Amino acid sequence: MADRTRLVGGAFQSLCILACVLIILMLAVILGDIVVHGLGTVTFSFLTKAPETGMTGGGIFPAIFGTFALVVLMTIAVIPLGVATAIYMHEYAPKRSRVVQMVRLAIQNLAGVPAIVFGLFGLGFFIEFIGRGMDRVFYGGELVYGQPAIVWAALTMALLTMPTVVVATEEALRAIPQSYREVAYSLGATRWQMIRCVVLPQAIGGILTGGILAVSRGSGEVAPVMFTGAAYFLPELPARLNSQFMELGYHVYVMTTQSPDVEATKPILYATVLVLLALTFLLNFSAIMIRAQIRKRLRHGR
Amino acid sequence: MADKPNPREAETPAPCEIGTEQLRVRAGKEEILKGITLSARRGEIVSIIGPAGAGKTTFLRCLNRMAELDLDLAVSGRVLLDGRPVGDLNVAALRRQVGMVFSVPTPLPMTVYENLVFGIRLVARGRNGFDEHVENSLRAAYLWDEMKDRLNEPARNLSGGQQQRLCLARSLALEPRVLLLDEPCSGLDPISTAKIEEALQELKERLAVILVTNNVKQAARASDRTAFFLFGELVELGPTHRLFTTPTHPRTADYITGRFG
Repeated sequence: MADRTRLVGGAFQSLCILACVLIILMLAVILGDIVVHGLGTVTFSFLTKAPETGMTGGGIFPAIFGTFALVVLMTIAVIPLGVATAIYMHEYAPKRSRVVQMVRLAIQNLAGVPAIVFGLFGLGFFIEFIGRGMDRVFYGGELVYGQPAIVWAALTMALLTMPTVVVATEEALRAIPQSYREVAYSLGATRWQMIRCVVLPQAIGGILTGGILAVSRGSGEVAPVMFTGAAYFLPELPARLNSQFMELGYHVYVMTTQSPDVEATKPILYATVLVLLALTFLLNFSAIMIRAQIRKRLRHGR
Repeated sequence: MADKPNPREAETPAPCEIGTEQLRVRAGKEEILKGITLSARRGEIVSIIGPAGAGKTTFLRCLNRMAELDLDLAVSGRVLLDGRPVGDLNVAALRRQVGMVFSVPTPLPMTVYENLVFGIRLVARGRNGFDEHVENSLRAAYLWDEMKDRLNEPARNLSGGQQQRLCLARSLALEPRVLLLDEPCSGLDPISTAKIEEALQELKERLAVILVTNNVKQAARASDRTAFFLFGELVELGPTHRLFTTPTHPRTADYITGRFG
């Protein structure tokens, strides 16, 4: 009996280990393949030049810059919106409030909406409705904002990543002991003072974690920017909020499906994917560093 | 002790009296407080004793309107601070005048110094210049000697007894007129308890103190008057010495002698 128990236990443990090894193996294969085929093409000029000769030559700098700008704009939009939503739901709204239940349901559903639907929504709402509306009101019908642009792409992406930020922020707020809030109140703090002096400093780590997750999600998505701002090919960089831009993920998609010469594009494709991965890691890494820095400064102040 | 006379108090000597008239609190159908009339003034410590669920903490939380944070509670009756209904005061201003110490030490996740000036900084213009305040309130809480070299340490590094005295000092830093203590010594060792009780004896000269305690002996030792709460009612109220020697109500007698089941 005891032998059998040991046998089953050992088998189960082996299976668990096997699962872990499998995951690592898969990642290794994917990364290895990309690095082996891509690394040779990633040179300084590849990183700093624009595509040439129908994407069979030149570099991908506009796409790197565009992706970076997109993620920065998205973060600027999503953090305040997501954090404010979470703070309202957790700190202001009465418990068991109908509104909060509805908002929470909406956020859960938002998280389940396919990315391509966000793209179409962005096209319909931001470009056709808001953009065209702005053109009609401010520019006399001239086409300024009523077309695909980096600002609309960033806002679409912000919608896509908002559930992540809201959930992470709420999680952080929930982890703060209720006694901290009561103490702040008992010392004469208003609700806003309580939030600013006690809740936000405590929640900042969780908020930034949400931001990091949003950034890594956003820098890898293609579908939301396809209709809302990403350009097929653009030699110059986006200079204004209503400029179109190149994006790494979209560039990969374009090169895979639209290339005039598949074989000639292949090394560039591998290199672009490698850069996309590296950029995602870099964005992640810098966000983690910023969070660590802020946490350290906070702890220092204690 | 550095008991600096408060200039504001010197101009208009406030009686520092807090009290309730027919205070009722309901939570849904359940009545937590059934018409309590009780007051305390400067110069005395009023202790409230009674078994769990008697409404002691709820009573205390009505005095500085902390009960309002719990939306399920319906409060009626009057709560008066120096004759004025507390509902007429700005709630933040009220809580600065009516300090509160909780049953569990609750230092905020900051340094000792930042804890002490937290309440002051909420209303003061500058960020600095509160050192004298800090020293005075630490002295009043019998904590200055232990803390004078540790002001910039995280408050959670302190021992439980020190944390609770820090919380007391933190309330005192706002120069309140009333001090509410909700079982402040429930988790503390006898020495820390003695220090807090000693501090209270000096503090009562300048403010009114209401002390909720589960420790009957503490009420007997430390308070001037004692109120016995049971099931939301004020069963008996009287001078502590009298209540503990010749209680008029049999329930009181049962409770203070430990026969209460």
